[in-house]
Amino acid sequence: MSSQITNPTFVALTIFMLAAFTGWVIIGRVPAILHTPLMSGSDFVHGIVVVGGLFALLNATTAIEQAFGFLAVLFGAGNAAGGYAVTERMLAMFQPSGHPARHARRSGPRPVHARKGR
Amino acid sequence: MIPQLIIGVTDLAAAFLFLYGLKRMSSPVTAPSGIFVAGVGMLVAILASFLYVFGVSAAARPHLGINVGLALIALVLGGGAAWWSGKKAAMTSMPQMVALYNGMGGGAAAAIAAVELFGDKTRGATQLVVTLVGALIGAVSLSGSLIAWAKLEGILHKPLRVRGQQVVNGLVMLWTLALGGYLVFAAASGRAPLMSLPLAIGLFFGSALLFGVLMTLPIGGADMPVVISIYNACTGLAVGLEGFVLGTPALMIAGMVVGAAGLFLTLLMAKAMNRSVGNVLFTNFGGAKKHAQGDVKGSLKPVDAGDAGIFMRYAGSVIIVPGYGLAVAQAEQKLYELVKLLQAAGVSVRFAVHPVAGRMPGQMDVLLAEAGVPYDLIFQLDDINDDFKTCDVALVIGANDVVNPAARTDKSSPLYGMPILDADQAKKVYVVKRGEGKGYADIVNGLFYADNCNMVYGDARAVLVKMIEAVRSVESSTAA
Repeated sequence: MSSQITNPTFVALTIFMLAAFTGWVIIGRVPAILHTPLMSGSDFVHGIVVVGGLFALLNATTAIEQAFGFLAVLFGAGNAAGGYAVTERMLAMFQPSGHPARHARRSGPRPVHARKGR
Repeated sequence: MIPQLIIGVTDLAAAFLFLYGLKRMSSPVTAPSGIFVAGVGMLVAILASFLYVFGVSAAARPHLGINVGLALIALVLGGGAAWWSGKKAAMTSMPQMVALYNGMGGGAAAAIAAVELFGDKTRGATQLVVTLVGALIGAVSLSGSLIAWAKLEGILHKPLRVRGQQVVNGLVMLWTLALGGYLVFAAASGRAPLMSLPLAIGLFFGSALLFGVLMTLPIGGADMPVVISIYNACTGLAVGLEGFVLGTPALMIAGMVVGAAGLFLTLLMAKAMNRSVGNVLFTNFGGAKKHAQGDVKGSLKPVDAGDAGIFMRYAGSVIIVPGYGLAVAQAEQKLYELVKLLQAAGVSVRFAVHPVAGRMPGQMDVLLAEAGVPYDLIFQLDDINDDFKTCDVALVIGANDVVNPAARTDKSSPLYGMPILDADQAKKVYVVKRGEGKGYADIVNGLFYADNCNMVYGDARAVLVKMIEAVRSVESSTAA
């Protein structure tokens, strides 16, 4: 028997419940104008699966494990990088009145703060 | 010990940064920094995960060099290709890009499960069941998202509908579940270790992928956004479940947050389309019964684009209702040019955006922002709908069903109950349209026949160019 009061499965379920609730509340507050970037942004967030892929690949012992581990990292990295690229591009376009439109085609993952003084 | 501690701390930090980043996305002002914050979290988590090399099992140690090499290649290849495609994709193709990246995430979750299953790494029935459920959802999300992508990209044209499709889909699902059940039973009863059942594992993945394809094929292109949103939620769920199996809270939290967010967006979208989620997934919209169209009173009254432009020039307030037709004609820039001219002439101009304008919620907002329209001119349905009553002109461009008054009045209409923009209540309505055709829902729009409405026929871009010319000519003659 485990020395803990709560079964680890229930600890996990609690984490799931809290995370789901958090997601629901946070997303519910995002205005409709940002729903497309939000969808791509949440798409980006589940790109964290790449970390699980790395764990699986680094612990692989057979060729078949290596093959699927490689796929997991490949896809996971694609999910994360692609999700970030499109979200960042879209969000950079939203500007208030009096700001010149910034152009979407920029390179590099620099932060996109609103330009000041214009 | 130390590497494990660092991984724990960075995982926690990543989870926090994701949540904080998503929270910052709740306003256009802070949103760009929000995605940056989340991006930092992702980078930190990926870098830290290379510390796993210090904790690999004895069996995996001889392969470590190759595995690290493979990991780096996969990161560079997958990340690089997706980054490049994401940077060059047009704003109009955002829905399919999201579908594509989402499918990759689902595939990654399924592949992790495959490593666990083929390597027989799960401990206990709970872990095995969770792994299988995650694998199932991830695989369905992968193949389903790819079909959705192909449909939006125009590679697959017609929805494929065959009689008895639901039954076949149901059988494939049952077969997949039976295979999963067999795997759990075989492993739990100790009859056969998972290692000895590669065929059953392979079949399990194969039929899950097949189910995703069959499930998505019959759904029409107009409903794809809802489908993408559902698969987005599915991928989140699959990631969360695989995170549970691997014991990484960052995956569990990020996955579940996205799962809940995806569900929220799906329900929101379905509501804005006046459909239930089940209706989108299991009935064939458009192919359904034809209903009687009510008689429409009045007639279509075409008017010259230039005259409409000059009328707006002398109006006090104009509300523009843009639809996807505007994006198809690539006329967003021209529209904003007209708006700037009208503003210079003292006209108050605002945009009214319906939740499902575009191919996914909020896409119209992105397209307007791309054209340079400041977000404080863009209003959502609830915030602006009461103002149509007092505005002089409503200019409807490339939108149809979202301004159909039948949604308010005609109980027999399939649109009945759908929230619409009350453009018909403006003193004057101009509708820019290519021809006399109907909208997506194939329903007559009574607004076009109303006394206060004039039609401006033509390609949206050409019409806007004429309007701009007309307004400019007024300015130059008054200046002279």
